[in-house]
Amino acid sequence: MSDMNWQPRIVAFFCSWCTYTAADLAGVSRFRYAPNVRIIRLMCSGRIDPQFVLCALADGADGVLIGGCHPGDCHYAEGNFKTFRRYRMILRLLADMGVAGDRVRLEWISASEGERVKTVINEMVERIRALGPLDIPGRFAACDSEILESADAIRLPQCKETHDVVPEVVHG
Amino acid sequence: MDKPKIGFYWCASCGGCEEAIVDLAEDILRITAAVDLVFWPVALDFKKEDVLAMPNGSMAAVFINGAVRTSEQEEMASLLRAKSQFVIAFGACAQLGGIPGLANQFSRDSILNYVYDGAPTVVNEKHVRPSVRCEDNNRTLTLPEFRSVVRTLEQIVHVDYFLPGCPPTPRLITSAIDALLTGKLPPPGSVLAPDVALCDQCPRKKSKPEQIRFAAFKRPHLTSMDSDLCFLAQGVVCMGPATRGGCEALCPAANMPCTGCFGPTSRVHDQGAKMLSSLSAAVDAKESDQVDAVLAGIPDPVGTFYRYALPASLLRFSANIGSAAVKETL
Amino acid sequence: MSNDESIRTGFYVCHCGHNISDVVDCTAVARYASTLAGVMVSRDYKYMCSSPGQELIRQDILEHKLNRVVVASCSPLLHEHTFRNAVAAGGLNPFLFQMVNIREHDAWVHADRAAATAKAQALVSAAIRRVALHKPLQATRAPIHPDVLVVGGGIAGIHAALTLANAGKKVYLVERQPSIGGHMAQFDKTFPTLDCAACILTPKMSAVRSHKNIVLWTYSEVAKVDGYVGNYTVTVRRKARYVDENLCVGCQECIDACVFKVPKFPDPFNLGMSMQKPIYIPFPQAVPQAAVIDPDRCIQLKTGKCKKTCVEACADRKAINLNQKEQLLEIKVGSIITATGFKLFDAKRLPEYGYGRYPDVMTTIELERLVSSSGPTGGELRLRSGKPPTAVGFILCVGSRDMRTNRWCSRTCCMHSMKLAQIVRERTGAQVTVFYIDIRAPGKGYEEFYDRSLQQGVQFVRGRVAEVSDCALSPDEAGKLVIRVEDTLAGFVRRVPLDLVVLAVGMEPQADAQEMRRILNMSCSAEGWFLEKHPKMAPVSTFTDGVFIAGCCQGPKDIPDSIAQAGAAAAEALALIDAGGIDQEPNTAYIRGEECSGCKSCISLCPYAAISFDAEKQKAVINPALCKGCGTCVASCPSGSIGQNLFEDQEVFEEINGVLDYV
Repeated sequence: MSDMNWQPRIVAFFCSWCTYTAADLAGVSRFRYAPNVRIIRLMCSGRIDPQFVLCALADGADGVLIGGCHPGDCHYAEGNFKTFRRYRMILRLLADMGVAGDRVRLEWISASEGERVKTVINEMVERIRALGPLDIPGRFAACDSEILESADAIRLPQCKETHDVVPEVVHG
Repeated sequence: MDKPKIGFYWCASCGGCEEAIVDLAEDILRITAAVDLVFWPVALDFKKEDVLAMPNGSMAAVFINGAVRTSEQEEMASLLRAKSQFVIAFGACAQLGGIPGLANQFSRDSILNYVYDGAPTVVNEKHVRPSVRCEDNNRTLTLPEFRSVVRTLEQIVHVDYFLPGCPPTPRLITSAIDALLTGKLPPPGSVLAPDVALCDQCPRKKSKPEQIRFAAFKRPHLTSMDSDLCFLAQGVVCMGPATRGGCEALCPAANMPCTGCFGPTSRVHDQGAKMLSSLSAAVDAKESDQVDAVLAGIPDPVGTFYRYALPASLLRFSANIGSAAVKETL
Repeated sequence: MSNDESIRTGFYVCHCGHNISDVVDCTAVARYASTLAGVMVSRDYKYMCSSPGQELIRQDILEHKLNRVVVASCSPLLHEHTFRNAVAAGGLNPFLFQMVNIREHDAWVHADRAAATAKAQALVSAAIRRVALHKPLQATRAPIHPDVLVVGGGIAGIHAALTLANAGKKVYLVERQPSIGGHMAQFDKTFPTLDCAACILTPKMSAVRSHKNIVLWTYSEVAKVDGYVGNYTVTVRRKARYVDENLCVGCQECIDACVFKVPKFPDPFNLGMSMQKPIYIPFPQAVPQAAVIDPDRCIQLKTGKCKKTCVEACADRKAINLNQKEQLLEIKVGSIITATGFKLFDAKRLPEYGYGRYPDVMTTIELERLVSSSGPTGGELRLRSGKPPTAVGFILCVGSRDMRTNRWCSRTCCMHSMKLAQIVRERTGAQVTVFYIDIRAPGKGYEEFYDRSLQQGVQFVRGRVAEVSDCALSPDEAGKLVIRVEDTLAGFVRRVPLDLVVLAVGMEPQADAQEMRRILNMSCSAEGWFLEKHPKMAPVSTFTDGVFIAGCCQGPKDIPDSIAQAGAAAAEALALIDAGGIDQEPNTAYIRGEECSGCKSCISLCPYAAISFDAEKQKAVINPALCKGCGTCVASCPSGSIGQNLFEDQEVFEEINGVLDYV
């Protein structure tokens, strides 16, 4: 990927009740925002396993955005507090692993704050743009190029599963 | 019929795994009677040439311990892979990267600088660094290359089975060898230990309360630990809930919390992330500064949650170890 | 892919007319999807949610033996149900389906066609990877408790309660004030028919009181709500009234006997324009027709040193109980209708209009009480000086359509002011001028009502009033209130001398709307109105199943709209009750039996106490009836031994990989 064409890749995990709904509202309100964020819906931000955040970064995300209900407003009482505590520790872990804390952001956005979805996403995209690509898969590949000659087979841990089914496609 | 040929090899390891074999005590006689030990550099005088001379696939199994950091280790792993029907990653370092894997937080240069210059006990006025090749009195001397990161064995060669532990326990080793000898093997790729977390067999399990909240974390060396109570109930980080069982809870029995050497269960991609998740979620605070204050009781998250599994984790190594660092030395 | 069966996915991308296809290249998305693993059919279609669109899915399932379906269209919150039904119609388990949101999250928020199409493709890739891991699931059916709680006894709450009660359902009607009736009880007449508000409201209020299916708790508040659709446990706080409303007959002898000979406390029903005693009946038509004692004003309750003449007067009836205590009552209901109404804009927030400074500047609701025959003057409109007014002005949009206060239109003030203008013309013959920005009269018979106002000689000046002052610049302004306004039709600034200025104050969310929202687990719009599930398709439902909204708590509206919404909310509750049960999303968490180590880490994290420890097996157990599917325990299980239907770890990992597929 050449630096010229690089665009921030951001994976967002939004809770269904507040932030995902707010993103729907942003759509209904036709707020325009940067197209770099891909939203994954979970029922509650409490479902966000830190593995999801690390997996997104390891698979090529330049940033991760976590969205949940405001403190006190969680549809499931306190799921967002659990997320918040995990988030605080994830930031420290990432700092020790050389990933700038700015790359992972947590925002409380209620179902009515469609405009805030726009603002947060735009800010996040700009922040990641300023930080530049994280490109962990690229770092893995660059690092592992040193062993390619001596190894008979290389297997790297990744959460990708390969699909080897060949589709028989019928165009509709 | 010839006895099956078995090899042992070590990569970046402390030697503990080799000790574990000796720890088999009388059992080792039964095993050596049943197998033909054809390669074990630590104990027997075999050379690389002897291995090269073997036909491919002629060994039944090779047990490799230690993480992989040098080009020589890679070469030996590949060689043994070719010569053996089964490759078994022996111990935490081979399986997960182990303690040496913690070096993946730092770049090669910073490690070399410290070891050859920075360490208080080192005097190195010429700032000599090991190099892959040097000429001395018209002789060419070579050293293996020190790679940019620590890798697990599986990141270098295909591995058939994993024997977890730092080191694996005698019981697990014997049952693994017996399984090989009798052909009663689990599905390829399996970890040869129960796929249930340690708490299942921990003698302190019953003392863990159902409602647990952490108002503070205590460090083992700074606290006097109750010898019967669940460590987590004492506020001491114990990796047991996130760590595969099979060690017979040796550490908790010796009044030390689990540090995670058996690695995660098969259902987990990243042992550290899971333990981090479980502990942080149960912190007994809501406000940012209070949460941080409690979490400050874990001063080194990587060292705590990834003590043995950093190279096998989702992030593998620090993002500061960039592609630039690799290119420099090639 | 986990199982032996080979994955055969059908993929459909919806144009949504032009809503999606204007920004996203749907043909390209379909072409891309056809290259992905397991995809057997890939189509784009104008309207996937239409009958032919759904039929397409059904046919393909049969014809191509599909075992997975992915639809890329609008938000799953809108049409997931529709497509799951279509999948079920083809004979597949409805949960072998995944929906991709490329309208709200893509076409509607992006303009760059290439970027929007790439985003759609990534989202589609995620869904197609994910759906391969889906398992057949069974929705669980929760029983519905047939009783309904209606919160708020204004016209909306009253109508909802009566509708349900008439259908044979038991209703608890909880009202905060000592009487039901709400704002409508304060009105003299109602637009556009000018029928007497009391004449149409009072019979409904009495019907509530006497209905055998309605339990009416006035002077009460909802303190706590637990549970979920079909099975709510509600705690109601019944404040101490100090009068047993079942024994009190409303004879008012206690009021006459009160040691306060003269009423000296401002009467809130008449907005302080009349006085009441510490023991009072809120207004003549109050329901229940029972006295209430204000503990902050009653000498006995404040000091314990009163002759208790009221108790004496009540004599054998013994309705007065000065030892009454606040009670917390717990009830079980299956659904809840929230009709908690609105509060009026505080006109003091716009000091330029002089409210609170000039006695003859009043709000519409105050004028309403003054022209009401049950009001403080018996319906006679007098200035504070006692003289009848000769020139009256109405200022519209006070606290509405104003960037400084509230941006929204309160919807009723134009009509409300025209009604009052007509009444003022009729009763006093005064000259009436309405200062407006736009006249909004869109209801049935409303435009005609505007015409009628014009015919009656009400004058209209278009322009936002700058100020109301008593600064006379000419003799004819002396002793008058002068409105300064730019007449935007005539194009000059007018000064209009008046002797009564009426401020048409707008509506605002109740002061404690946020608290109510939390109790009921609802959402609010940015303005603070309770948020409906969908502004068009589900206007009285909320995001919490079994909780409905009606009337002005959802947004400003007039009486006909409030009643229509109340009826709709009652119908929704009835539909829920009569269905006998509700299908719940099968997104519960479960322990992977043998794999659990019994570490108990999950137990304290569950907000619903759904996880318990099986002491015999030494493993955790999740009760699916109590689990609400938040997944917090799943994310926390240190050994990955808790799964969550519809949100399995591996399904999310596939989604993460998919969204990072950049084409």
